[in-house]
Amino acid sequence: MSIVYFMAQQTMYFTIPLLIVAIGGLFSERSGIANVALEGIMVFGAFCGIYSLSHIQNSIHSQLALLLALLIGGISGLIFSALHAIASVSLKADQVICGTALNIFAPAFAIYIARSVQTISHIGFRDEYIIKKVPFLGSIPIIGDFLFTNCYITTFIGFAVLAASYVVLYKTRYGLRLRACGEHPAAADSLGVDVYKMRYSGVLASGFLAGMGGVIYVVPTSTSFDAEVGGYGFLALAVLIFGQWKPMRILLASLFFGLMKTLASAYSTIPLLAAIGLPSGFYKMAPYIATIIALVFTSKKSQAPKAVGTPYERGQK
Amino acid sequence: MARYKFKWLSSAGAASFASSLAAIALGLLAGFAILLISNSSMALQGFATILNGGFARGAKSFGLVLYQATPIIFTGLAFAFAAKAGLFNIGMPGQFVIGAFCAIYASVNFSLPAPLRWIACILAAMASGALWAAVPGLLKAVANVNEVISCIMMNYIGMYLANMLIVKSNIYNAAKNLTVAPGVFIPTYGMEKLFVDSGANIGIFVSLGVAILCWGLLQLTPFGYELKVCGLNRHAAKYAGINEMRCIVAAMAIAGALAGAGGGFLYLSNAGKYMTVVDVLASEGFNGIPVALLALNNPIGVFFSGIFIAYINVGGLYLQRYGYVPEIINIVISVIIYCSALSSSIGKLLFERKGVEADL
Repeated sequence: MSIVYFMAQQTMYFTIPLLIVAIGGLFSERSGIANVALEGIMVFGAFCGIYSLSHIQNSIHSQLALLLALLIGGISGLIFSALHAIASVSLKADQVICGTALNIFAPAFAIYIARSVQTISHIGFRDEYIIKKVPFLGSIPIIGDFLFTNCYITTFIGFAVLAASYVVLYKTRYGLRLRACGEHPAAADSLGVDVYKMRYSGVLASGFLAGMGGVIYVVPTSTSFDAEVGGYGFLALAVLIFGQWKPMRILLASLFFGLMKTLASAYSTIPLLAAIGLPSGFYKMAPYIATIIALVFTSKKSQAPKAVGTPYERGQK
Repeated sequence: MARYKFKWLSSAGAASFASSLAAIALGLLAGFAILLISNSSMALQGFATILNGGFARGAKSFGLVLYQATPIIFTGLAFAFAAKAGLFNIGMPGQFVIGAFCAIYASVNFSLPAPLRWIACILAAMASGALWAAVPGLLKAVANVNEVISCIMMNYIGMYLANMLIVKSNIYNAAKNLTVAPGVFIPTYGMEKLFVDSGANIGIFVSLGVAILCWGLLQLTPFGYELKVCGLNRHAAKYAGINEMRCIVAAMAIAGALAGAGGGFLYLSNAGKYMTVVDVLASEGFNGIPVALLALNNPIGVFFSGIFIAYINVGGLYLQRYGYVPEIINIVISVIIYCSALSSSIGKLLFERKGVEADL
């Protein structure tokens, strides 16, 4: 049983950043703005968040320091994503091109600043944020072992973000308007919805979540940040599409991917998989192959927002 | 109709060229500003280094530019070609690495007379890259799988597969961290005397030829026309009797062949570069995206933007002499791409007002 718990805990380290960043992408794409810049925003947010963390972690309580780093990562991601919003909403630029520009900018900027202020590009920090056991909740049989031992506070933030975004998107007036802007902006406009404002809010929300997601990715998996997030921004984009632009399916997609990733990295500790004796390369490839196979069966009816990627001009028919 | 086309060339074509130049100027200006902020006393020398980086050490530096430009021109063409068919090919890192592996494998194992041998290796790289990219193409055509996500998956699968095959297929060096030296190199036909120690070879001329071929295929053949119709509107293409499934698969396969060739040309250059067995996606693959975007996906333009990006990258290497971080160059490139996104959209707005048709 301990292997199962271990796997579940590991799965969360991979799943939560994917989930949060993909939900970020969801807000942007549902408003009609394609966001291939998730990777760059993650790097930018992780850089600002982790750099702050390395400075504040000695002076304040550890969980508080992490929360502060998440907030800083989120806000810096939001500011960075404003570049994408201005270009793609107000100036009607090609969304893929300016997203690519952000992807190139973020790592270069992170290395440039890091090397300017501390001569090396690595930013080290102590990973002291794992919660061995949550009081009370950790003692619940089974569920406690699955979710509330050896966990990070980020896991709960991830689920809270999921729940909140579901409510915002489907149960509020704002959510309905946002989705309308992604499906048929002219119709939304004709009913008095400010398409530009909606799209700005969608992109900025994606910036906040992706920036936070960058910090969330780095903290459990490493003790230093070196201007990369392991391609998780692109994987989050894949999860968003795999999840068919729907919050709950995004959760399933990121759980699926996180579990496959965990199997790939921990196969040698699982007696059944270790006994087969395949080379480690097979296990490393498995999550990606499995995703492709799953896609073959789920893609026939794509649910992409209809207006995604198309700039909107007021008065357009 | 012909006159109309000519008029188009003289207005929108020239304008997009001008807007690319303006974007480059703005990007360089941003670079100068960063140099000033980091260390104002060296900023002028630094900026001069970026501008003449490709000639900083004479012919050797320019040889380095040609050597670095070749692979990113190929991956840039791979992105641009797929983009013409409406496909977002983000799978170049995978296609590139698979092509590179097959080229090295072929160069070590094929025994053919020398002049044919490198050609056979490049063909192996192209064939494998084409197969690799045909998978997302087929998935898109048959099962409607979004090519962005399948390409991202194929990137990782390609990387892990290449790492595994390097270990398994006996092309590992003694230290077990690199591939062995290729058994055959891309010929230089005397270029090594002009561009000493730079790795420059005839790959750059091949890339120019291929760029012209791609342009011709897209602009002058019925197949290219069908491809572009598919790219502009898949449903309209189907309605007009174009086999859109074949278009998608063919466009991806050709793009993959181009990216694979890029891998072959890079690792068969006699420049001491070998494949490393690390879990990192090939940067040359992703670098094709800005190259293609700067050229607005025009194949001939890709050749020149590839040379330009390699040129300022070489400048960035020399920038370290003045104590600057070479990543400044990537910031410059990102500003250029960002500005080109803005300028092309502003240009488009202007031309739509004049009633110019879409680029077909």
